[in-house]
Amino acid sequence: MRSDYILETVRMIDEECLDIRTITMGISLLDCADQDIDRSCEKIYAKITRKAERLVKTARDISLEYGIPIINQRISVTPISLLVSVSGGDPVKYAKTLDKAAKDVGVNFIGGYSALVQKGMTEGDRALIESIPEALACTDIVCASVNVGSTKAGINMDAVALMGRIVRECAEKTKDNNCFGASKLVIFCNSVEDNPFMAGAYHGITEPDTVIHVGVSGPGVVREAVREAGPDKSMNEIAEVIKKTAFKITRMGQLVGTLAAERLKVPFGIVDLSLAPTPAVGDSVARILEEIGLEQCGGPGTTACLAMLNDAVKKGGVMASSSVGGLSGAFIPVSEDAGMIEAAEKGVLSIEKLEAMTAVCSVGLDMIIIPGDTTAETIAAMIADEAAIGMVNNKTTACRLIPAIGKKVGDTLNFGGLLGYGPVMPVRMVKPDVMIQRGGRIPSPIHSLKN
Amino acid sequence: MRAVISVVGKDRPGILAFAASECARRGINIEDVTQKVLEDMFTMIMIVTIPEDRHEYHVFAKELEAAGEEQSLKIHVMHEDIFNAMHRI
Repeated sequence: MRSDYILETVRMIDEECLDIRTITMGISLLDCADQDIDRSCEKIYAKITRKAERLVKTARDISLEYGIPIINQRISVTPISLLVSVSGGDPVKYAKTLDKAAKDVGVNFIGGYSALVQKGMTEGDRALIESIPEALACTDIVCASVNVGSTKAGINMDAVALMGRIVRECAEKTKDNNCFGASKLVIFCNSVEDNPFMAGAYHGITEPDTVIHVGVSGPGVVREAVREAGPDKSMNEIAEVIKKTAFKITRMGQLVGTLAAERLKVPFGIVDLSLAPTPAVGDSVARILEEIGLEQCGGPGTTACLAMLNDAVKKGGVMASSSVGGLSGAFIPVSEDAGMIEAAEKGVLSIEKLEAMTAVCSVGLDMIIIPGDTTAETIAAMIADEAAIGMVNNKTTACRLIPAIGKKVGDTLNFGGLLGYGPVMPVRMVKPDVMIQRGGRIPSPIHSLKN
Repeated sequence: MRAVISVVGKDRPGILAFAASECARRGINIEDVTQKVLEDMFTMIMIVTIPEDRHEYHVFAKELEAAGEEQSLKIHVMHEDIFNAMHRI
């Protein structure tokens, strides 16, 4: 073994924030469905605490034995709207059950308070969506997501309009706690069923009963590799450097995922090789873009650099693991990324630029704090724009918008921890009300007709 | 199991002896050592075998890393598999 390889790995972990961001256990709750909601909740609690009993300990053991930091352990479950459809009753009961079960097994987050309504809503879907503000306000670690569009189905504009209101309500209900509720709700287009990252994780119905997914992370490592390559290298040479780095990061994820799956006697699902930033210094995607050669993220050139970065990360990762899945690209959450926060504070990074960036990277308008007086219709319109980008480009897009109730542009909101903090960003306040009130569906694009 | 120990610090007499005796005290066999001094920075890599029945690996790793810190040395102990996974196709 070459000593420079060894020192490189040590440096990656020690100085460049390389870590396994999450080991996420997907658990199917379909067999817990019962016409009696209380019985259904009992079965859910029993199944989650049984299946995930050793998840946190196993992750800690692997972390200690291998010397790799594993930051989070999480659980994703079957979209709860399916269970609500069977049981009826108050969906918040499910949220409380999930919260309790997740806390009792010691995980950081549990995702799957979700509904998939891209083509239409059942009674269960509607009941679940209407309950999201209350569910997120009265629980701590439950995450919700709603899929409102897909390339195959188009965009459900009734659901989009509804979600505009729900996002506001989530923020209003938690306004004494930094509008925290809204940060646990993601609205998707083309959501994926094996995503290990929160807040958008749920366990799709095509997945096995129980499965282990791994999400790696390493913006700091990629940035350092680009820095080392120097300013004289051409863009294709930089892409090559990023590819090789992504390969190494993903291999570590594959190793940890396989080990965890073996020890928990659960099938291994996927490695999600997303570059997921944290507010920590040196763990920023924006800084990679700046290292490539931009004075500040958000200026001209940002979209091109991000497109190259996102593609190179995927190419390196695909070579490293035969089960790459989830979102697998670069995340650009504003409040979770020190470089993005700085760019937004200086006014260099705007929501419009972020929207363009989402067309070429793996997610969407993520962790963006908007003025507290932004109307439900405007939020819905932002969701519709983002969903349109996903629908037409055959990719996942998402919105995690946080209306900062009582605050305006120039103020900041601080969530703490991995969710970070950020400035309230300006939104253009021209009314999209008539368009949103039309409702109905945006038909799927022509290229969805592939058969 | 085999582990890789890396030691980095400002060069001075006794670093190798210090790391080696920490291993010897615990019955850990050193299989391979490479070391280099670049200007005044000392860098050493040791490949060791840790008897599985006798040691809690992570306890050893923590102790050694802490002992290194006292001596102003950066010591890391990691499972060999990590390097095989990351650097071999």
